[in-house]
Amino acid sequence: MELLVASAVGMMTAAGIYLFLRLRTFPVILGLALLSYAVNLFLFATGRLIVGAPAILSLHLKEYTDPLPQALVLTAIVISFGMTALVVILSLGAYLETGNDRIDMHEPLDAPQVDATTATPSDGPEHHPAGPEEQS
Amino acid sequence: MSLSEWIIAPVLIPAVLAPLMVLLMRFDMLLQQVFSVVGTVALAVLALWLLIGASNGPILDYRLGNWPAPFGIILVLDRLSAMMLALTAGLSVPVLLYAIGSGWDTRGRHFHALFQFQLMGINGAFLTGDAFNLFVFFEVLLIASYGLMIHGGGAQRMKAGVQYVVFNLAGSTLFLFALGTIYAVTGTLNMADLANKVVALPPGDAGLIRVGAILLLLVFAVKGALVPLQFWLPNTYSHAPGPVAALFAVMTKIGAYAILRVFTLIFPPTTPATGSLFADILLPAALLTLAVGMIGILGARQLTRLISFAAIGSMGTLFIAVAQFSPEGNTAALYYMVHSTLAAAVLFLIADLTIARRGEAGGALRPAPRIAQSGLIAALFFAAAIGMAGMPPLSGFVGKLLVMQATWGQPGQALIWGTILITSLIALLGFARAGSSLFWKANAIAPGSRISDPEERPTLPFIATGILLAGLVALTVFAGPVTGWMQGTSAQLLDRAAYVTAVLGPK
Repeated sequence: MELLVASAVGMMTAAGIYLFLRLRTFPVILGLALLSYAVNLFLFATGRLIVGAPAILSLHLKEYTDPLPQALVLTAIVISFGMTALVVILSLGAYLETGNDRIDMHEPLDAPQVDATTATPSDGPEHHPAGPEEQS
Repeated sequence: MSLSEWIIAPVLIPAVLAPLMVLLMRFDMLLQQVFSVVGTVALAVLALWLLIGASNGPILDYRLGNWPAPFGIILVLDRLSAMMLALTAGLSVPVLLYAIGSGWDTRGRHFHALFQFQLMGINGAFLTGDAFNLFVFFEVLLIASYGLMIHGGGAQRMKAGVQYVVFNLAGSTLFLFALGTIYAVTGTLNMADLANKVVALPPGDAGLIRVGAILLLLVFAVKGALVPLQFWLPNTYSHAPGPVAALFAVMTKIGAYAILRVFTLIFPPTTPATGSLFADILLPAALLTLAVGMIGILGARQLTRLISFAAIGSMGTLFIAVAQFSPEGNTAALYYMVHSTLAAAVLFLIADLTIARRGEAGGALRPAPRIAQSGLIAALFFAAAIGMAGMPPLSGFVGKLLVMQATWGQPGQALIWGTILITSLIALLGFARAGSSLFWKANAIAPGSRISDPEERPTLPFIATGILLAGLVALTVFAGPVTGWMQGTSAQLLDRAAYVTAVLGPK
């Protein structure tokens, strides 16, 4: 049980960080989502892993699960859900506004604008008439 | 109602106003403006009253739902919280007036509602006495700041907004990891309860609590733009609308506040598990932040970017004082905190005044024809730049003097003094160069010409900028009483037993 939860947290964090460091918004958002899953699972485990015990304190029970981390996880899930929705909308807005979905701002302001109708594949997927999502 | 019941009001007033604005006043800008100004002024009056109450009385608390601490969420009002509330309120009124006067609030939707939500989050973060609740208020203020940051739209601003949001979402995740680790070790997240439990931890748990504390320090360092976690700041501040950037001047201070609060109350240098670990990390990072920020001033080619780097540099100075973890260090940090918030905010407003008049040239630091009201704006810029660079006679000088005094005789004094003095010189150079190419060289390239300015310029933005600048002057004139009051605040911060007793009750 411990091994399962620990490795799940570890793998999701690793995958999340890898995706988070990409330069396109889509993998970054996926990475953030994975990171938030990892942290939710981690928070869940902070009350110690106890199997088959109720999450309630009672005088009649010898064993119980700490209920507080579950409340914390609920809060964290709600917040990360809202934040993910927001970052998706924001990235869509940035994509529609700028015509590409890069994270970095290194493109110089006076770079020649590629006309989408005459773009070649070497101009990068974001300039392709079909849009980046149809490319891969 | 007693004073302690009013502690919830700085969170409640904006929390009620903002939804009302979205639901009932969304089509009536005038009504939104009136309610926003009235609400913000009411917050300022309330903050002043709480400040007076907190300076004359003991530490007060407000139990949400009347659950006793550490089981329920608790709001705590001490001198530090009251000071931060007053600072936020004192900043938000002129910034709001500026936003209305300059027309920024009409360039997108829901500016006033977002502004109120932002104030709600900031006030909550300063008041809460619960670490997880601090996370929640961080999220409230962040989600409002995401909306404010991209207010008005535009390609570059949206791009910068995505970066800002992504960076801070990663910070939030880190915050949760930190809180989870700390909860796993101590079984509580109430700050006063943590203060009791961390000191008494068995040696076997020392490693884990150290990890949690360092993660927490990283989170606050992200908010406080401490090198190497400052990357989000220049793009965010320089692309945000002028008044929003001015309001954000207090956002970095939330990181500094949180570090002051957590690392004096929960993990003071006397904690056996952590010792002087945080000071050892914070001081080099602060020196680097100061150097990076001030060199950035010299390298910036845009006015708003230059001010962003000045803001980073001022955070460096602030964190040098914080890293001392001494009464003198705390006093200097508090004074510099107020100063640098006002100075950065007033500079962002002046930058917005300038950019709005320069037409095509925008904020680029190159000569352009004379702008309308050039003399007045140049004078304002000159005064604010003196304040930011830390030259006499304004409060930046007093603040830096206090920081240097606090490090007198401490290890690394020569390095700290050298860094502060040299970077001040660099900042002075950078500001002088920027000011001369913005305002002075206009005559050199086209004598007598000026950018035609058919628009009628309202005076409200100037009044708002003037109020903030007057704040800087007042901070200088009343430096004596203010630092005296801050010494009391610093003493209260170091009296951990008083805080714990106020929250948890006498043992």
